[in-house]
Amino acid sequence: MDIAQLQAYGYFTLTIGLVLILYGYIYHLYSKKKDVDGVDYESYSNMALKDDIDDTPVASMSEDKAPKSAKK
Amino acid sequence: MENHPLEYDYTVAKMFMLTTIILGIVGMLIGVILAFQLAYPGLNLMLGEGLAEYTNFSRLRPLHTDAVVFGFTLSGIFATWYYIGQRVLKVSMAESKLLMFLGKLHFWLYLVVIVAAVVSLFMGITSSKEYAEFEWPIDILVVVVWVIFGAGMFGLIGIRREKSLYISVWYYIATFLGIAMLYLFNNMAIPTMFGVSDIGESGVGVWYHSVSMYAGTNDALVQWWYGHNAVAFGFTVPIVAMIYYFLPKESGQAIYSYKLSLLSFWALMFLYLWAGGHHLLYSTVPDWLQTMGSIFSVILILPSWGSAINMLLTMKGEWQQVAASPLIKFMVLSSTFYMFSTLEGPIQAIKSVNAIAHFTDWIVGHVHDGTLGWVGFMIMAALYHMAPRLFKREIYSKSLMTAQFWIQTVGVVLYFTSMWIAGITQGMMWRAHDEFGNLAYSFIDTVTVLHPYYVIRSVGGLLYLIGFFMFAYNIYKTMSARKVEESELQNATPMGA
Repeated sequence: MDIAQLQAYGYFTLTIGLVLILYGYIYHLYSKKKDVDGVDYESYSNMALKDDIDDTPVASMSEDKAPKSAKK
Repeated sequence: MENHPLEYDYTVAKMFMLTTIILGIVGMLIGVILAFQLAYPGLNLMLGEGLAEYTNFSRLRPLHTDAVVFGFTLSGIFATWYYIGQRVLKVSMAESKLLMFLGKLHFWLYLVVIVAAVVSLFMGITSSKEYAEFEWPIDILVVVVWVIFGAGMFGLIGIRREKSLYISVWYYIATFLGIAMLYLFNNMAIPTMFGVSDIGESGVGVWYHSVSMYAGTNDALVQWWYGHNAVAFGFTVPIVAMIYYFLPKESGQAIYSYKLSLLSFWALMFLYLWAGGHHLLYSTVPDWLQTMGSIFSVILILPSWGSAINMLLTMKGEWQQVAASPLIKFMVLSSTFYMFSTLEGPIQAIKSVNAIAHFTDWIVGHVHDGTLGWVGFMIMAALYHMAPRLFKREIYSKSLMTAQFWIQTVGVVLYFTSMWIAGITQGMMWRAHDEFGNLAYSFIDTVTVLHPYYVIRSVGGLLYLIGFFMFAYNIYKTMSARKVEESELQNATPMGA
């Protein structure tokens, strides 16, 4: 088996592997519906819709990092 | 300072907005000149024999492509990043002196690169690789600019308040990583001064000249892996980042399916990198690689349409907004052109279709329905949305924007339809032969037949350029238009008559 054939088989295997990972990801998204923090994926749209600096984050990094203006 | 409410700081976004518009005018103006030169070759000498060196098609062509790609589009990407990045991460650049410094350094060094690129290309200094014409000293500077852009991006992400990264941020990160990888590998070159010739001469050539580190077929493969993915990570990924923010924000509608946006993202990342082989169909690269290039190009329809349909469905039940707002019109048509272009591309990548399409004007048409219809429309829409928020003023004129929309839409349609006809005519004429296998036409026969379509294409390009001047004027006048309150800037952009 020459190098070109090996490359082709390697490429094919990698492709199949990546397809499986991608379909696994689709299955995960639509069956779980929520991420590891328990946040519904669909609520992340609010990151764009409510994006003023003193709007409440969808999921905050930490309490003490709220903007100064929001603390008032 | 303590009592000042925190605000987003758009200083750097404004700077890049300026270069987006100026370099857009430069790039598109040169494009229109080139189009007319193809229709009327006498224009190669438009400034006389003495200056022909600077005005001929081959000298201007890389200036057009590089000005629209690395000037207009990249500036647009940077301007929108410095706007969207802060907003979806809910952190202001004013909160970090370092990030502000990096942002400004990013802009000024970028400007140095642009000046160096324009001057060197006008002088005819080029590495002769398409879309990678800059010689090694400029390449090194490009890398520095890119690293600063990345440092600023990850710095901002590092101090964010929002835990999760909005889908647009994923796309911007992919833009950064993708282009970093592509640019580095494709521009690997050896300065000629380090070389030794067959007869033992050293220090050959001028200090800034170089030769590619790859040769022959390998060079072609790396070049088109780069070339096609420059389209991916310059013309697709960051533009998707923009529409995922600006369309929901402007229309006040949540993304139709956020899950679909995540899925399309990973699918796009997975597929795009393998599709470049379709540029080398019927060439000396291994046949299996050509076939894989074709197959991946066809499958690429799925993630592309995933994003585009997601955007169109975001407007579900809100289609009256398309009629009412020229800004929404720009974005919806942009998304539609994205669908159109990402269907056309895979069709052209099918081997039997490519046998007709390769090297013809159909390819040029394909590139331009993507860049004018999708990239250009989306970047202009983004700037139209941003301008009132940057200047706290309403858009100067809604009717001017609507007129611009229609003029440019007609321009794009004239461009791609003329190139379809020209390209397929060309492809068929090149292949035509008699019963003994003699070619039916000589090259000049095709040139004669194509002339009317070249004229139509030039007119289409000119209409788009006129529209771009209307856009620049509208933005310029917005800087002194009626002041608006913060409350008017929530969703739909305020516009004057």
